[in-house]
Amino acid sequence: MRTKARAGWLAGVVAVATMGLTACSAPADDPSASSGAGDGAELSIVGFAVPQAANQAVQAAFAETAEGKGTTWTESYGASGDQSRAVEAGLEADYVHFSLSSDVTRLVDAGLVDETWADGANGGTVTSSVVVLAVRPGNPKNIDSWDDLIADGVEIVTPNPGSSGSARWNILAAWGSVIADGGTEDDAIEYTTALFNNIVSLPGSGREATSAFLAGTGDVLLSYENEAILARQEGSELDYVVPDSTLRIDNSGAVLKDADPTAQAFLDYVLTPEAQAIYATFGFRPVGEGVTVGEVEGANDPANPFPAPGTLLTIDDFGGWGEAKKKFFDEESGIITQIQVETGKSS
Amino acid sequence: MTVAQTTSEDAAPSGGRVLRTNLTRGAGLGLGVVVLWFSVLVLLPLAAVVAVALNGGWEGFVTTLTNPQTVAALKLTVGMALLVALVNIVMGTLIAWVLVRERFPGSRLLEVVIDVPFALPTIVAGLVLLALYGPSSPVGIDVANTRSAVFLAFAFVTLPFVVRSVQPVLEQLDREAEQAAHSLGASAGTTFRRIVLPALIPAIAAGGALSFARGVSEYGSLVLLSGNLALRTEVTSVRMLTYVENGNLASASVVATILLAVALIVLVTIDLLQRWLVRRG
Repeated sequence: MRTKARAGWLAGVVAVATMGLTACSAPADDPSASSGAGDGAELSIVGFAVPQAANQAVQAAFAETAEGKGTTWTESYGASGDQSRAVEAGLEADYVHFSLSSDVTRLVDAGLVDETWADGANGGTVTSSVVVLAVRPGNPKNIDSWDDLIADGVEIVTPNPGSSGSARWNILAAWGSVIADGGTEDDAIEYTTALFNNIVSLPGSGREATSAFLAGTGDVLLSYENEAILARQEGSELDYVVPDSTLRIDNSGAVLKDADPTAQAFLDYVLTPEAQAIYATFGFRPVGEGVTVGEVEGANDPANPFPAPGTLLTIDDFGGWGEAKKKFFDEESGIITQIQVETGKSS
Repeated sequence: MTVAQTTSEDAAPSGGRVLRTNLTRGAGLGLGVVVLWFSVLVLLPLAAVVAVALNGGWEGFVTTLTNPQTVAALKLTVGMALLVALVNIVMGTLIAWVLVRERFPGSRLLEVVIDVPFALPTIVAGLVLLALYGPSSPVGIDVANTRSAVFLAFAFVTLPFVVRSVQPVLEQLDREAEQAAHSLGASAGTTFRRIVLPALIPAIAAGGALSFARGVSEYGSLVLLSGNLALRTEVTSVRMLTYVENGNLASASVVATILLAVALIVLVTIDLLQRWLVRRG
């Protein structure tokens, strides 16, 4: 009897506490994307932090179309891996936008996204960029190529490839530049080791790396072209160089299996030349053909904002993210992990 | 909700019998709420962390704890948190003393500002520290990407703990005993050591323990300043994030479990030390 009585009011308290928690997690509509016509769909977008502003602009344009009329949005933005794990764990989402395709395949494995999500002409990519070298105004250290990065006295900042999935694009671009030049894997290890010897800071995310660089850390920041353009649009003092050989960054977008049909309409809209032109104004390279890119404020040459590099590698050159993660970033046997430890010891 | 209601009704008649034992109705309810609240917030999550850590088995523990990056991060984090706790014990007590016993221009301001490091969002704290003590430091101090940065960030966010635990005790302290000691010829130093300090020790210990615990878990304020360099400035929270990013929750939990054990040892040691000191007078 005693236990029963206790169980009784315990259950009561639990019920009250649960109600409180549920109330806290009630979704809030995003005013910027809402057109106010109550008859549209209610969609949840879960994404990595970088394209938030661009997505909002595209959502606003989508609301002007027949299919998107009246759509209201619940937004959630954060680190790509964290966001993907949150959706896997039950965060409500209709449309996801992640930095790495492996963050979408996690949802495929969890049965939340259809296996055919990447079968379209875009290969699952909804926004694209390239890895660039951001430098101090006027490029005082004359950084033009990957080779310049390993010269004595050059200090490099790049987000931590261990804890940040998006940061791994940068390191693979550096590695790939050696292979693209006809180097062997040993050459690439040698180069990357020299690179890590010059790295002075590995902040937690791309945005934090930009903050650290703008606060005066280092001579070069390994970054994404859109991030550099955005920083310049916001008036930050940095220049950037698109190296002759670089890696194409493909950010993946997908619709969840049990999503509202409007989510698929939104994904289709995202891939239209019209929507890609909006992304371009935020510094993203267009995905697909026939996109008219206007002036991009903040680009080195606003009239010709996205110069084609000599060699443009893709993640497929590394066997896709599934393989690349295991080979390079496994926390015990990954090549980059081991280089990080070796260079940590030597200094 | 329905379930809860029916059970409550079922339970109602037996309530009186239960409470006749030795707790009053209020005390029983209070204790129950405390146990539930504590379980939901602390015991269950901690148990879950340990359970996930054990998932990887003994081998998982060994692999994680022989990883050179993880070992270096654990040593750095625990060592720095201990060092910072010691510094806080001295500096925090001093600040509390000055705040309570001295009146000077700006003391009111100091009183308010002392909590700011704790209240500031940690990433903002990180930006501020980087701007002040980074490469473009206006005061010429550059500790960015060194172990001193870890110390600085820990010291910044844990500053208020000892101050705020010592301050109220100091305010309540009966000054007549000090005056008596003084009039009997004891020096200021002796008075402080024999009269004031013994009364403050429990508060200092509690503040030091909080400071240690906060330091061990710090991430936001140092992630910009310390550079997260493997074997050099990388702290355990960054290691855990790396394990999580690689989908290796077992290893992340192993590191968390170790930190939990260390924190427990430190807290128990501080408690024992404090009892011993108080008993010794």
